[in-house]
Amino acid sequence: MIVETGHYALVLALALALVNSILPVWGSIKGDRQLMAVAPPAALMGFGLVAYAYLALTMAHVQSDFSLINVVENSHSAKPLIYKITGVWGNHEGSMLLWVLVLSLFAAAVAVFSRSMPEDLRANVLAVQSWIAAAFLLFILLTSNPFARLAVAPAEGNDLNPLLQDPGLAIHPPLLYLGYVGLSITYSFAAAALISGRIDAVFARYVRPWTLIAWIALTLGIAMGSYWAYYTLGWGGFWFWDPVENASLMPWLAATALLHCTAVMEKREALKLWTIFLAILAFSLSLVGTFLVRSGVLTSVHAFASDPTRGVFILLILVIFIGGSFALFALRAGALKQGGLFSPVSREGALVLNNLLLTTCCATVFIGTLYPLALEAVTGEKISVGPPFFNLTFVPLFIPLFILMPFGQLLPWKRGDLAGVAQRLAIAFAGALIFTAVVAAWRGGPAVSVILSGIAFYVIAGSFVDLGRRVFGGGISAGLVSQRVRGLPRHAFGTAFAHAGIGVTLLGLAATGWGAEKITTLKPGEQVEIGPYELTFESIVPRNGPNYSELVGRTVIRAKGVVAATIEPATRFYPARGMNRSEAGIATLGLGQVYMSIADAAPNGAVNARIFWKPLVALIWIGALVMAFGGCLSLSDRSFRVGIARRARKVQAPSPQPAE
Amino acid sequence: MTRRKRRLVLIASALAALGLALGLILIALRDNIVFFYGPSELAQKAPHEGQRLRIGGLVKQGSLKHEGESAVRFAVTDTKQDVEVTYTGALPDLFREGQGVVAEGTLGSDKIFHADSILAKHDERYMPREVADALKKQGVWREGEESASVGK
Repeated sequence: MIVETGHYALVLALALALVNSILPVWGSIKGDRQLMAVAPPAALMGFGLVAYAYLALTMAHVQSDFSLINVVENSHSAKPLIYKITGVWGNHEGSMLLWVLVLSLFAAAVAVFSRSMPEDLRANVLAVQSWIAAAFLLFILLTSNPFARLAVAPAEGNDLNPLLQDPGLAIHPPLLYLGYVGLSITYSFAAAALISGRIDAVFARYVRPWTLIAWIALTLGIAMGSYWAYYTLGWGGFWFWDPVENASLMPWLAATALLHCTAVMEKREALKLWTIFLAILAFSLSLVGTFLVRSGVLTSVHAFASDPTRGVFILLILVIFIGGSFALFALRAGALKQGGLFSPVSREGALVLNNLLLTTCCATVFIGTLYPLALEAVTGEKISVGPPFFNLTFVPLFIPLFILMPFGQLLPWKRGDLAGVAQRLAIAFAGALIFTAVVAAWRGGPAVSVILSGIAFYVIAGSFVDLGRRVFGGGISAGLVSQRVRGLPRHAFGTAFAHAGIGVTLLGLAATGWGAEKITTLKPGEQVEIGPYELTFESIVPRNGPNYSELVGRTVIRAKGVVAATIEPATRFYPARGMNRSEAGIATLGLGQVYMSIADAAPNGAVNARIFWKPLVALIWIGALVMAFGGCLSLSDRSFRVGIARRARKVQAPSPQPAE
Repeated sequence: MTRRKRRLVLIASALAALGLALGLILIALRDNIVFFYGPSELAQKAPHEGQRLRIGGLVKQGSLKHEGESAVRFAVTDTKQDVEVTYTGALPDLFREGQGVVAEGTLGSDKIFHADSILAKHDERYMPREVADALKKQGVWREGEESASVGK
């Protein structure tokens, strides 16, 4: 019964989205305020309906209702409760439902938090958001109905893919979608601005916080996904340049570029066209990602060709939304007034360079991801474009970005003095050189690691040069410093932390060169040395989990004879799918990790083991956390809050405009 | 700086960045592309020695031999042709005789494929797509087989 009402709620949501696609736009054209006022409550109601449908599906999974195909294919009555809940988005239908849920969540958030926005802009934003919602609801209802019933319900389900039965999966997709699909809001803003023809600093101010929210979520989502792949795939790798990963990296690159150029548009009214273009591009790349992951085209070009309904449907959505918005863009672009002037050596100039490099990086990823698919579709020749391709294209473009980042932070708007900035950065340069020399002498190892760690130090130090100067600039006394710290806008700290975060990640990446790897056969009682540690493989014992059985290899890690940690790498067998999965044993020691995965246990207890020592590896993900922290700091800044809530309104009823 | 000059600088830097990217992409595509062949194609195409390749097919029943510590030798087959493969290292969880496999490495002059990685990544149906395609090409793939093996 609940299942049917869930299905019905989806149909209602579609109808509502269709209504909300037309009325507000019509209202904004006619100047009819009543029609425009339809949008916010309709957006809220749409969110309510989709949320209900989502809960209905979750209930079906939790209660193991095996009359639903979706539950049968992806669940099992013995599956732990948490994976019954997360399993909802561990399959095609459910994840598309989550997609639409996030989409309508953002529409509802705009309806609630953007009361101060110009009425017509808000109406149009919500209308465009409804177009997207309508398209994807139609997609779900016609091709991927999660509520499809079976005539005869089986007694048991097929269980969820064991690789997905993991806490990492609980957090990764929702975060990723929050970012990925959150970019729909920037798209809707761009399309609305194009419809109303008002493209100015106000637009940039309203779109910035939403871009930032999406960016933070996307940053965390990508990092989480990378960590999940790291510990579940058992190979110790954290980034494979896999098309699915690239599908999330491309929108991140575009969103990062967008974040920087909205600053220029807000402050200087320049780069208006470019900002709109990027806003459309960012979400277009999200759509491309959705197409890549959800159409089955990656699984097999041929399978895609033999059952193309889903793929063609998404492709159609893609073409309509990307094509439509760019057509609108071309139509309106000519009418735009020129923005403010600036010299190439200026904050604006630096941000333009940042945008150029980021979008070019994005283009290389795009080509590396789609070229093999295109080639196979056209010639039938199968190729793979792996890490070497990206190391040769993406990395050389990213290095200048690292070098230029601190410069951009220090350059003033309009016109800057490069020599002066270089002088102020001298301390970061000098620090980086000393750091590099120390690392080279003390650690040695591959030159790439030494150089990259030097660059990472420079980026981290350079990020804080400006703050340091402003805080400690004139005399150091505790009172003065804390006064200055409080006086600085939070977004200054936000920028510094976000930039430092990428430096931290780079340091973690550089340190991979100092790691060690061993592949060996171990019998119980045997010892093996890795990096600075000795591992003792003590025993292998069978154990039973709720829906799997496992062999656990108890291993003790000692540093110079002292026990540092105990890890339990395991191989699990999931009988429902007849599938094995290895569970890596990971011990975090300082910022480094000892990583061990085992396979092929022999009757005498011997196993094949893969053991890694990965110094500073945690920095890769800590860097992403620091970036997201910086983003949150900026988001809490007053200048960002203009676009979102005005909580002060109730307190200061007479003056609703916040002080800027 | 005039508007015109500013625009010129912008366009010039954009072109420079794009040119650089294009150059890098072309170089990378020339040297770093790895072709995928099934055993039959491999015999046909005869790639030159030392060229990096991916091969895929089924691990031939009864062909897996352990040679010393973590070194293995097995044959990859599409049922028409076999390729001998050697590999040192831990095999992925899903590696089994009769199952699909993708190996990356180089073909030696002795026609033995020296793999340096055995791919563990499989799609939802636990069959690397290249393998499924290669098998289909040889006509040994039956439609519906994959779903039958999963939905037991």
